[in-house]
Amino acid sequence: MLFYTIKRFGLAILIVCLAMLMLLSAIHLVPGDPAGIALGPRATPEMRAEFRALMGMDQPFFVQYFRFLGNVVTGDLGVDVWSRRPVSTMIGEQLPHTIALAMAGLGWAIVLGIPMGCYSAVHRNSVLDKLTGVLSVGCIAIPSFIVGLYALLLFAVELKIFPEIGAGDAGDIEDQLVHLVLPGLAVGLGWVGYLARFVRTSMLEVMGENHIRMARAYGLSNRRITYVYALKLAILPTVALLGVGVGSLISGAVFAEIIFARPGIGKMVVDAVNTRNYPIVMGGVLVTTMLFALSTLISDLIAAWLDPRIRQGL
Amino acid sequence: MADTISSDVAIRREPRFAWFRQLLRDPLGCFGLVLVLLIIFSAIGADIIAPHDYKALDVKSRLAGPSWDHLLGTDNLGRDTFSRILHGGQIALYVALVSVGSSLLLGLVLGMLAGYGPSWLDNLLMWFFDSVRAFPVIMFALAVITVVGPSLETIIFVVIVTTTPGYARIARASTLATKSTEFILAERALGAGVPRIMFSHLVPNIVQPLLILASMDIPVVITIEAGLSFLGLGVKPPTPSWGSILNDGYGFIRNTPWLVIAGGIPLIITTLGFTFLGEALRDVLDPKLKKDR
Amino acid sequence: MNDRHDTVLEVRDLSVDFLTGRGTVRALRHVDLTVPDNRIVGIVGESGCGKSTLINSVLRLLAANAVVTESSSVVFKGRDVLAMSPADLRGIRGQEISMVFQDPMTALNPVISIGTQMTDILYRLDMSMADKRRLATDMLGQVGIPDPAQRLADYPHQFSGGMRQRICIAMALMMNPGLLIADEPTTALDVTLEAQIIHLMKDLCARFGCSMLFVSHNLGLIAELCDEVVVMYAGEVVEQGEVHDLFHRAQHPYTRMLLDCDPARIAEKRRDLPTISGSVPDLIDLPRGCIFAPRCPERYAPCSDSAPSTYDVNAVHQARCFQVRDA
Repeated sequence: MLFYTIKRFGLAILIVCLAMLMLLSAIHLVPGDPAGIALGPRATPEMRAEFRALMGMDQPFFVQYFRFLGNVVTGDLGVDVWSRRPVSTMIGEQLPHTIALAMAGLGWAIVLGIPMGCYSAVHRNSVLDKLTGVLSVGCIAIPSFIVGLYALLLFAVELKIFPEIGAGDAGDIEDQLVHLVLPGLAVGLGWVGYLARFVRTSMLEVMGENHIRMARAYGLSNRRITYVYALKLAILPTVALLGVGVGSLISGAVFAEIIFARPGIGKMVVDAVNTRNYPIVMGGVLVTTMLFALSTLISDLIAAWLDPRIRQGL
Repeated sequence: MADTISSDVAIRREPRFAWFRQLLRDPLGCFGLVLVLLIIFSAIGADIIAPHDYKALDVKSRLAGPSWDHLLGTDNLGRDTFSRILHGGQIALYVALVSVGSSLLLGLVLGMLAGYGPSWLDNLLMWFFDSVRAFPVIMFALAVITVVGPSLETIIFVVIVTTTPGYARIARASTLATKSTEFILAERALGAGVPRIMFSHLVPNIVQPLLILASMDIPVVITIEAGLSFLGLGVKPPTPSWGSILNDGYGFIRNTPWLVIAGGIPLIITTLGFTFLGEALRDVLDPKLKKDR
Repeated sequence: MNDRHDTVLEVRDLSVDFLTGRGTVRALRHVDLTVPDNRIVGIVGESGCGKSTLINSVLRLLAANAVVTESSSVVFKGRDVLAMSPADLRGIRGQEISMVFQDPMTALNPVISIGTQMTDILYRLDMSMADKRRLATDMLGQVGIPDPAQRLADYPHQFSGGMRQRICIAMALMMNPGLLIADEPTTALDVTLEAQIIHLMKDLCARFGCSMLFVSHNLGLIAELCDEVVVMYAGEVVEQGEVHDLFHRAQHPYTRMLLDCDPARIAEKRRDLPTISGSVPDLIDLPRGCIFAPRCPERYAPCSDSAPSTYDVNAVHQARCFQVRDA
């Protein structure tokens, strides 16, 4: 297990480094002068040169890349172009909000998706199963910002059941949770559908296995067979899938943060794009990519730990 | 089970349009097809169908609700929302077709290169594909937009970069599987060149799964375009986009619900339509992939 | 049938159909079978002859598309299993009739510990968890698992195939059932283990006073282990009787050919193994006469006109063949 953990961790770091290399080279390759765009058309060549030197853009590409990686290791993500505050501090302030939002989305997905999938698998081909199937595809298809906008319109603006904007009072947990309900739904609804389908498929697969037949032959109750003997196995690939889910939840979080005017990485980055604040954007992208890799890693490790065959084998 | 077998046989016996008839037998597939056709025709015929000029301002009746004159109301500048939605469909479908088409072609070529080429190239490309998938798509888009500025071309570039690996992976897997089959070896023994073998034998085998993926990707791409336009980082005004209609609607959500509702409807129709159609197509064309539904 | 023994299981006129897209598969037709107290009954036949359908009907573990015809009855100790409520059925399963499956590698749940899987079967017993674990430990010891107390916490993948089958046998006998059904319990194991497992099952059944229904396609095993044999072909019982009588005086041509084909019984050296020519009939579209007639070398006039019923060879031996009637 320890060796497995180290190996997966190393792989995750490597993927993040490669992804950043990819991003920097894509930016390097596309035509356009970041300094020109950032400073606007009225900037003098001297101002642009100064900007480039500040951002380290006057260096050759690979020097830029490795300097970037080196800075990341020491926790230095550069400074805000306008306020000159360190980007790492700003991310530190915003990150908890985004993680809370992603967790709220995940919460919706788990609370609704797993029972839906289990029900569908057990009552296969029933009317409710077919309805759930259509509903899950619908949930997957509809963009998260539509869910967010409609939820905002219906539950906050018209019905006034939930608050419209913000993250709630800093010290008031209950207020913060209430503020998470709608954004969480916007972020998580697609994953409700994914999970429902995925759990259904893997449950059906497990239900057809020999040991389930054996459990039936030994007179175990249907409840125990479904929720212990089958679900314990079917949940393993689902846990691994959830890690990938967090990545797309973060994409959705960008929209939810804008729509519900919540603080967070997504809102910070979008604001930074509008003000051409290059270091903040890069920092935000780096952190979300790391978060994605980390959540995939964690869920893989949890799935491995839940499976005695892997837990004891590695 | 027996159903699947018999339908499989039916496909082989009557290759022409048999799959289409089977698609029509799937109610959800039909529903998806109708929605997709609705969107396509309304986009193509936007100039004829649209009751108003989508750019025409009418400040007196701004933020109006639905009426016979303005079917979906008007926006904050008094422009007819229905007409703007029809023209927005053109943008959405344009982005989807151009970028999905390019990713498909690029992915096909890269995937075949990876599958047929030397192993170092294969490894290199696979690492590349893996690292692209490590990004949350929107974040990647935002980073690129910061550097080159928002535009239709930027969106297309981002979508191509992020969706190509999906096609390349399928193409690579099929190439690897087909590469060692006997008829390819026989062709090579007869002295056929590699490009010839690839295009006459590999491509026909790979195209079907790629098309299925493409039909599933179209709603994703349309969502990305609308999403970026909603953030104000997509197509520039006055070009109508469903996303920018939603953005206007968001700004005036306390004044009128209609702009948000109207901006969302075509997106829901399109994403649902293409997704249902894509799922039905996958079930019909590739019974092996059929999820137990 | 035999007044020295009371019967544990009595299957009468059991017919099972499977509804498929191609038509109705008549998998079992009018099967009669009796398992007397403290006896071991073997079922032998080719794959697809309905052995599995038969034993699955006894515990009602058939697939959803299976239909058991009205006239069928499966009576276990005086109670009709086919007419039982789901709750009563659960009470029978694993408690009074238990089953050992073919493949021990897939029969145990891979993510639940052996101890939990064993104690779960004891849900009906009103005893403490510690007592249940003591009982499980004791059973594991009886089937020859070394150091059983420590191994309760282990998972199936930590045991070899033979060990897993021993665990399955322990689970099967834990509630002291009246009938143990063994579905080819050794086909997935290698030959050296086979003998061990068979002897273990025979010993334990004798010790626990449990009857056994033993399914196999291995005639040697059946001859060694069983008291009575049932020969099945294409969903019908074609011959049954005391093991010694049936093996030495096989009446049905199918049984004789099956015996000829058994590699263990082929005395002289020959290049080709004997086979039964032709193939098993389509169970959707049955032939009018005897089910075996199309492949039977001894077929004569009555065989293709009507189906034979069961005729007594002697008091302990019956066969479904016109030759027995006409002899």
